[in-house]
Amino acid sequence: MIEPKALLMDAAQMNRALSRIAHEIIERNKGIESVALVGIRRRGVPLAQRLAERLQEFEGRTVPVGILDITLYRDDLTELSSVPLIHKSEVNFKLPGTVVVLVDDVLYTGRTVRAALDALLDIGRPSVIQLAVLIDRGHRELPIRADYVGKNVPTSKREVVEVHLTEVDGDEFVALYDLP
Amino acid sequence: MAGLKRKDILGLKDLSVDELDLILNTADTLKDIATRPIKKVPTLRGKSLVTLFYENSTRTAKSFELAGKYLSADVINVSVSSSSVQKGETLKDTARNLEAMGVDAVVMRHSMGGAPQILSRYLKASVINAGDGMHEHPSQGLLDMLTIRQKKGSFKGLKVAIIGDSYHSRVARSNIYGLTKYGAEVWLAGPATMLPQGYEEYGVKVTTKVDEALEGADVVNVLRLQLERQERGLFPSIAEYHRLWGVNERRLKLAKPDALLMHPGPMNRGVELSTAIADGNQSVILEQVTNGVAVRMALLYLLLGGGESA
Repeated sequence: MIEPKALLMDAAQMNRALSRIAHEIIERNKGIESVALVGIRRRGVPLAQRLAERLQEFEGRTVPVGILDITLYRDDLTELSSVPLIHKSEVNFKLPGTVVVLVDDVLYTGRTVRAALDALLDIGRPSVIQLAVLIDRGHRELPIRADYVGKNVPTSKREVVEVHLTEVDGDEFVALYDLP
Repeated sequence: MAGLKRKDILGLKDLSVDELDLILNTADTLKDIATRPIKKVPTLRGKSLVTLFYENSTRTAKSFELAGKYLSADVINVSVSSSSVQKGETLKDTARNLEAMGVDAVVMRHSMGGAPQILSRYLKASVINAGDGMHEHPSQGLLDMLTIRQKKGSFKGLKVAIIGDSYHSRVARSNIYGLTKYGAEVWLAGPATMLPQGYEEYGVKVTTKVDEALEGADVVNVLRLQLERQERGLFPSIAEYHRLWGVNERRLKLAKPDALLMHPGPMNRGVELSTAIADGNQSVILEQVTNGVAVRMALLYLLLGGGESA
């Protein structure tokens, strides 16, 4: 495995960032009565679950957590030589009247979030959609910004940001690599 | 990355277990779209699909049409009664004309086995066989398999009884090719004049006694009796067919208590199966229809979803 150029976050820093985002969600929405979290596959899902645990801990209330698979809404399917595997979206709660916080690991071009917005709106009409990301690395190609950011990281387009989560990868850190 | 590394779906005989798994898994996922309020995703926006039917069909043609529309493809339907085939156009010319209009996939049904293979050789577009003569009907075979897998979990060791005219049945052939790859035990039962030969190498058991095939079966797939065949003297009369080979409540009790009752449609009630069991609690006939749309969405996604080099 190639060595990272820089370690952007360790487990403790990720932990603190998620706690802060959870507090910001509570503050912005004046409580979490109508809040639901929707994780974007794949690493947005465990992040959404962790945020839900924090919200439960801070406010003593369970928030619904959904899963969004955006494959069918990607704008680059015709650019790929072979189609990606698709997985189910699971949003098992009513969207009207709900503040949905979309959760993903890295915000980059904004194209994934665009696809997620379309996918979510085809399931139902939430009253508000907000966006929470662990890392914002810039280089947007669409007019999209995050409401909650764990860490802003200036990057070059020749670099890759990797988020490792225990649930998916077995270890926990955020690091910067050069594109091979 | 997934995708099928092939241009066409002509039959289940030449599909691998990995390919079948991919199609069935994809269909399971896509099934959700057909049951939610907004039944559309933009995945195949800008792709076009033609259903080219040289034989009558309602269910299959409409199922492919809806599958295409749920994925945002543009769909046109051509049936032989309204096409230039009536004016003497050859298959090859029809193919070339469709290509010239820029279609991405052709779904074809034809009375001659092998017609979709011929079409696929002339076309860069994908060809999906929607039933060719006595050869194969892959999307029906796949929807039967999806229905069985959803209810039974897997195929290994299942006894599947296919009752009726399996000699003329492309549905039976696609079921045999697909199910035996997973280690299911397929039985064919019907009048001796309607039973095929040469499937022993797939481990298929053939009998004229319906009761023997039904004994302990996990799945009972009843084929449609093609009534037009009565004139050719393959069976004595419709009443006698029902008495000797029709599946009714008494016969279905020979199968396992949780056996599935399947039928590819359209049903001749009171001929190959009784109304009581067609509407009974073991019947999964309408679930087959729902799964048909999901399977066809999966085929279209896997064939048309990628770019040029797919």
